[in-house]
Amino acid sequence: MSAYKTNNKVVAWIEERLPIFSMLQHSAVEYPTPRNLNYWWNFGSLAGFMLVVMILTGVFLVMNYTPNTHMAFESVDRIMRDVNYGWLLRYLHSNGASMFFILVYIHIMRGMYYGSYKAPRELLWWVGIAIYLAMMATGFLGYVLPWGQMSFWGATVITNLFSAIPVVGPHIVTWLWGGFSVGNPTLNRFFSLHYLFPFVIFALVFVHLWALHTVKSNNPLGIDVKSPQDTIPFHPYYTIKDLFGIGVFLMFYLSFVFFAPNFFGEPDNYIPANPMMTPPHIVPEWYYLPFYAILRSIPDKLGGVVAMFSAILVLLFLPWLDSSKVRSGKFRPIFKQLFWLFLADCFVLGWVGAQVPSPNVTLIGRFATVYYFAHFLVILPLLGKFEKARPLPASISAPVLKGGGMAAGAHAQPMEKA
Amino acid sequence: MADPASHAQPSTTDGQSRRDFLLYATSTVGVVGTGLALWPFVQSMNPAADTLALATTEVDISKVQVGQAITVAWRGKPVFIRHRTPEEISEARAADNADLRDPQKDAQRVEKPEWLVVIGICTHLGCVPLGQKPTDPRGEFGGWFCPCHGSQYDTSGRIRKGPAPRNLEVPKYAFINDHTIRIG
Repeated sequence: MSAYKTNNKVVAWIEERLPIFSMLQHSAVEYPTPRNLNYWWNFGSLAGFMLVVMILTGVFLVMNYTPNTHMAFESVDRIMRDVNYGWLLRYLHSNGASMFFILVYIHIMRGMYYGSYKAPRELLWWVGIAIYLAMMATGFLGYVLPWGQMSFWGATVITNLFSAIPVVGPHIVTWLWGGFSVGNPTLNRFFSLHYLFPFVIFALVFVHLWALHTVKSNNPLGIDVKSPQDTIPFHPYYTIKDLFGIGVFLMFYLSFVFFAPNFFGEPDNYIPANPMMTPPHIVPEWYYLPFYAILRSIPDKLGGVVAMFSAILVLLFLPWLDSSKVRSGKFRPIFKQLFWLFLADCFVLGWVGAQVPSPNVTLIGRFATVYYFAHFLVILPLLGKFEKARPLPASISAPVLKGGGMAAGAHAQPMEKA
Repeated sequence: MADPASHAQPSTTDGQSRRDFLLYATSTVGVVGTGLALWPFVQSMNPAADTLALATTEVDISKVQVGQAITVAWRGKPVFIRHRTPEEISEARAADNADLRDPQKDAQRVEKPEWLVVIGICTHLGCVPLGQKPTDPRGEFGGWFCPCHGSQYDTSGRIRKGPAPRNLEVPKYAFINDHTIRIG
């Protein structure tokens, strides 16, 4: 930070009192980043971009939304029909939630494939899981606000999960509702929390970045940075790459917003909430489906709820469950295949979660649930002991510079070869 | 502070234990006080006085014929009132000694055998079971069938099959006269 120099008197004046420019210089410009990051490393910054889009569209939606059970549904309809560009703001926001989850799921899977959760990045991983949990809560709360049938019954089913807790469960549910069923008090508090949580996520993202900048980025080889040759400065190399990624992502995102805005939605949510009638087939939003499938696979109420939460919490133990010392899946021939099998298992669970329960579907769901937990609790701990990893390269720059890795050339000019 | 280290060992420990006491006392008061201050915030989320005030509903049941059922709202929840047929009543009584998950006799669940009053909320995850209309599926036991996760209830509203842990809840109610019920 002391290296920061400026000739601008205003900047110098501010810098002396609040070292904000040197901090930016240090963590967004000079920040030494592994030179070999591939496109899977774009998804963190993409998710950060999406968080900003969600907060921005959300703040403007609130200007026309009414959190009251008698008016909420119609206020959303008014946003769609009468408010200038209201349809755009709402579709950006509702599709944005799905996009945010797609990005974060890819980001998590990236971390799982390349072993980004392993020492010394355990806390970085944990903060990431906290962000993911906060996102799930925020997404659920937000889905209730339009007060359609799926909003109402989704809220009813999810809050009722807590009634599975012995003794205090029913009291907790009444407390969550602020009444004897999901109603106006529930809608009001969900709105309040839906507005609050994104800012909590924002704060957590800073903690995530703080941890990241302390331990530095992992990379596709999963080996440590050994010399300055292994890195390039964040700006302009990764700023431009992230910007390019945002451009590609926007094409994907906006094609839904403009051409298939209800692709991720449920038609039933365009029916106003009716507490006296449950829709024939309730499904949660797609991003909860694998966990919903796990919930339904267990034939016991409390057991189902415990299994569902365990499916997420098991991720916290991943850094210690995976016994292999090699980070990157690239050098682990068996792990690599099992990773894709695990991913396929998640898709199967997602499919099961979307089906009407039938004996066959339930059976598939049970197998997939068992495999999901087996991957974490049996396969990963054992695999590290039996699998023979392929040899790791000497350094990040070695394969790029064709053996020039240890000969550290001043003439190698790594910056220009990136 | 100006005292050299060699001076008066006992007074140092005295001072430390007094400081320790003050530290613990202050911390305890702080923690307990913060906890107490949180209580109004937590309690504000429980049902408000006006919500509690809406807690009773009176229902006219004179128009409900034998075999028919009506759904009324009580505390924002559906309440099923079914005018049971003699066959339904005998079915319910016959099952009193069956292998029930949540054992209850039919007689414990009704004020008058021909009228079954239960909260129409599945005890699994809170969906409204089907079975009020003649065209609805009623499951294998002639009561209600929950479309969400497939729980099945008998003609006494007892859970017989599926994931729900308990029988449909019987709300507190009383017959004010022969054709009016007060729920709550």
